[in-house]
Amino acid sequence: MSTATATHDGDHHDHGPAKGLMRWITTTNHKDIGTLYLLFALIMFFIGGAMALVIRAELFQPGMQVVDPQFFNSMTTVHALLMIFGAVMPAFTGLANWLIPMQIGAPDMALPRMNNFSFWILPFAFTLLLSTFFMSGGGPAGGWTLYPPLSLQMGDGFPFMIFAIHLAGISSIMGSINVIVTILNMRAPGMTLMKMPLFVWTWLITAYLLIATMPVLAGAVTMLLTDKFAGTSFFSAAGGGDPVMYQHIFWFFGHPEVYILILPAFGIISAIVPTFARKPLFGYSSMVYATASIAFLSFIVWAHHMFTVGMPVVGELFFMYATMMIAVPTGVKIFNWVSTMWKGSMTFETPMLFAIGFIMMFTIGGFSGLMLAIAPADFQYHDTYFVVAHFHYVLVTGAVYSIMAAAYFWLPKWTGNMYDEKLGRIHFWISTISVNVLFFPQHFLGLAGMPRRIPDYAVQFADWNMISSIGGFVFGLSQLMFVWIIFKTIRGGEKATDEVWEGAKGLEWTLSSPPPYHSFNVAPEVK
Amino acid sequence: MAHSADSYYVPHSSYWPIIASVALTIGVVGAANWFNGNSTGQITLYIGLALVAFMMFGWFGAVINESLKGMYNEQVDRSFRQGMMWFIFSEVMFFAAFFGALFYARALSVPWLLGEGIGMSTNMTLWAGYGENWPTNGPGNVGGDFQTMGAWGVPALNTALLLASGVTITIAHHALKAGNNAKTVIWLVATVLLGIIFLGFQAYEYIHAYHDLNLTLESGIYGSTFYMLTGFHGFHVTLGTAMLIIITWRAAKSHFNPEHHFAFEGVAWYWHFVDVVWLGLFIFVYVL
Repeated sequence: MSTATATHDGDHHDHGPAKGLMRWITTTNHKDIGTLYLLFALIMFFIGGAMALVIRAELFQPGMQVVDPQFFNSMTTVHALLMIFGAVMPAFTGLANWLIPMQIGAPDMALPRMNNFSFWILPFAFTLLLSTFFMSGGGPAGGWTLYPPLSLQMGDGFPFMIFAIHLAGISSIMGSINVIVTILNMRAPGMTLMKMPLFVWTWLITAYLLIATMPVLAGAVTMLLTDKFAGTSFFSAAGGGDPVMYQHIFWFFGHPEVYILILPAFGIISAIVPTFARKPLFGYSSMVYATASIAFLSFIVWAHHMFTVGMPVVGELFFMYATMMIAVPTGVKIFNWVSTMWKGSMTFETPMLFAIGFIMMFTIGGFSGLMLAIAPADFQYHDTYFVVAHFHYVLVTGAVYSIMAAAYFWLPKWTGNMYDEKLGRIHFWISTISVNVLFFPQHFLGLAGMPRRIPDYAVQFADWNMISSIGGFVFGLSQLMFVWIIFKTIRGGEKATDEVWEGAKGLEWTLSSPPPYHSFNVAPEVK
Repeated sequence: MAHSADSYYVPHSSYWPIIASVALTIGVVGAANWFNGNSTGQITLYIGLALVAFMMFGWFGAVINESLKGMYNEQVDRSFRQGMMWFIFSEVMFFAAFFGALFYARALSVPWLLGEGIGMSTNMTLWAGYGENWPTNGPGNVGGDFQTMGAWGVPALNTALLLASGVTITIAHHALKAGNNAKTVIWLVATVLLGIIFLGFQAYEYIHAYHDLNLTLESGIYGSTFYMLTGFHGFHVTLGTAMLIIITWRAAKSHFNPEHHFAFEGVAWYWHFVDVVWLGLFIFVYVL
């Protein structure tokens, strides 16, 4: 179907990048933009991480020591907003930018100027969000879900926060349109849909979820804005509205959003595990169908976030069973990865360590998710640290681990240099031990009844909180190693071969390391 | 293809996206300050909007120039088409959020306030005596008593206008594909006029609602859903009309040929989309 051949404007053949700062500001190149996304995500990861450390410092002991409760609440709120919209999503988009054109044999993304626009909105959006800390009333402190009426009590920063979400949403929608169009329109001849690498497949479905749900979030926060400033009554019972309605609209976005945060991770793991097991992925087509099933189910499970807010019993039952059904396609994926490793010639380089860590710990998060899906049990778990432990297992040891695995896996391809394998393994082991010290005790805290989003707690929770905080500081500081390893790899190191990894399969490994500025000037033939 | 190039066109680099980001940021900073009651807010918002308009002229102008120079092959054209379709899908989902709010209020939250199902104790203890089903401004009678807009006056006329505009733009498209440029321009002008008349009626309706019916944005959940749905729709009709004016001008300058006219089709799709949204509005906001 595709006729992709050479690129760009006629007389500029094989031009390299422009020089200086303007290269990065005006670039239309998918690799430059991918790099910008990844660097931005890394910066946001550290700002959001610093906020997490403020939270853990305050919770180190019972009583109020470090910050006042309002600031503590804004830390939990903005930590979440930064990590979700500023770190994980841009990191996945950065990976999509770098990898999708190389994996499908395209010269670049389909709409290169819009690609630049998608990225460069983000620094402005997050500057707006962070600027609210310096305004009267402080940063958002009502939780990242922005439930009214609490979120409407924010000070001068409120409209800035809402518009920051709008801008980030515009960025996501444009980025997703670009991804879908690139995948559907720019594949090399012979690259049929069912030959695409799973990272491409998972991103195709993720982009669909984003385009379907980000506008719904935009609608929800617009209603918040007009409720506060224009006198509408969407979420006010006195006017016939309903605050619970916000939660339904929000979670109609919010639940697909959690799959937006994990589906690309599935794609990454599906690339890494076969490479280091030196076997083709077990059950490729079932992986594709499982991804599509998860995406479909993600639209009909949203109210499992709301079991305790008040819903007819029929609703509770429907959302409980629908949620449990997600375990089936997710289980298909886990078993496929394990089957891929079965009798493989395994080696355990850093990307593989992170991938296996992902499989083990994401599964823990998946199981605690199943527990939360049981509506009567959720009445006990809701808004406790059990929920915090659950979603950090799927987001930190899930999504973030996959991003780190991807960084180690593809960094030699991107830079042409091997990373320091020894340091990489140390990074993995320190991270993995500390992240479990950080989050596993939170299961116990939650089951014992410790509520989330509080700066102080009863003394019986003191021991596990202290242990969790120690794990948090070790995990947070050990991520400086990650930055150092990336920095060192960019600067130099042992030269990587084109194939980089012995078992690597796919079009991106046929390009040189580092790849040329424009990926495939002549479309490869895919057999 | 008359205008095909043999390679996929990847622009070298561009200043427009960063101008767009800065313009949008200035605009929203202005709007936020305006909401907060700062005197500089409004003017900052207008500066931002002016920059957005400048950026759109510049960016689309650059794209039009490249298209006229024949730098886009069939594959580039497909990218634009698919991009536009997914953009319209995202717009559909934006409206879905507001339709969802309308359905939720009518089917669930208002009946619950009235004491149905799980809402019995809410009605007895919090809102005793509240017995007004849709249309309602809630148990607090927020915004005061109001009357609703009848469906079979101006709104029905507006429905006819938009449906007619869907026909006129299709005639224009057939004329374009037949290579009859003069006929294309005439039917596009007719479409633009229908859009402008629609907007005029809509403005008249708002004035009527505010002055005679006391139906305002602050009239509880009814006023909220009525104005936000029709307001966002009207905003989209305005955008669509502006887009129609541009392609009319471009058609008059013979930018399009029977095979190569993505801009025309993109605008036509957008116009049909606002048309369909209006049908949903007419049924669920006005008639039912």
